[in-house]
Amino acid sequence: MLTGQVALVTGSARGIGREIAVKLASLGASVIVNYSGSEAAALETKAQIESLGGTAECMRCDVSDFAAAKELADNIIKKYGRLDILVNNAGITKDGLLMKMSEEDFDRVLDVNLKGAFNMIRHFSRNFLKQRSGKIINISSVSGVIGNAGQANYSASKAGLIGLTKSVARELASRGICVNAVAPGFIQTDMTANMSDSAKEGLTDMIPLGRIGDAKDVAEAVAFLAGVGGNYITGQVICVDGGMAI
Amino acid sequence: MLEKLISIIEEQLSVEGIEITEKTSFKDDLDADSLDLFEMAMAIEEAFEVEIPSEELEKITTVGSVIAYLKEKGIEA
Repeated sequence: MLTGQVALVTGSARGIGREIAVKLASLGASVIVNYSGSEAAALETKAQIESLGGTAECMRCDVSDFAAAKELADNIIKKYGRLDILVNNAGITKDGLLMKMSEEDFDRVLDVNLKGAFNMIRHFSRNFLKQRSGKIINISSVSGVIGNAGQANYSASKAGLIGLTKSVARELASRGICVNAVAPGFIQTDMTANMSDSAKEGLTDMIPLGRIGDAKDVAEAVAFLAGVGGNYITGQVICVDGGMAI
Repeated sequence: MLEKLISIIEEQLSVEGIEITEKTSFKDDLDADSLDLFEMAMAIEEAFEVEIPSEELEKITTVGSVIAYLKEKGIEA
């Protein structure tokens, strides 16, 4: 159980982030639902948590903005006095073949997915050091583990998150702070809904467990790492991908 | 200032039974690693209401260098 703990899930208005927020709240954590653009969806996440008897609050912030990320961290510490669980989930895609990928599309994906996680860890590091405890979970992707044609920017950002995870895990281990990555495979969300049926079919063939994953599958792994189950695990990448990366 | 600093250092670096003077080196005499120094700097920032930028941390190697740094920032107390 996570009773009495405070959790921030970035990008939790929708998709995997929402399921993580709901799961952590269902285990008793007070959850901050961070969003960048979709306020209505963030409020839905909050409502879903409250309908299950949990506690949640929505806070807007573009995590790719270093100064804005600091403000978010400062506000959370000011209000809650602590942060126990940081889930860096906020992510975007701007897919395309490398030959045609614009500099802007490359930079933006790196800024949100990788720098956003750095920004949040950076601004909460003092808090975690002082507490001498904490769980940082970065949501990577199977795309960052085995690569994916058409996602040079996205997979670079997600592979970058794995490097970030391992380095920060080493830096903070002596203070009892655990840093891990969860790498989802092909998960049914808004992000993947736009794919054509034939593309989805081709992907399903690549999944040993033979089905597309559910955001709840990812949330379970995050909850495990956030709870006592993750107390002796740091610097690891847990693939929740139905076996795609085997 | 030295007494206040010593008590911060003793607490942050869990030092006991070692005489701390201005010449004491954090790394060599007190076995502090870079994370220890960072945490000590945080405590000093709070105690003296001063901000120590990360790049300035490298200059802080001995107790005396902290005092010099704080004086440079106009802190005497």
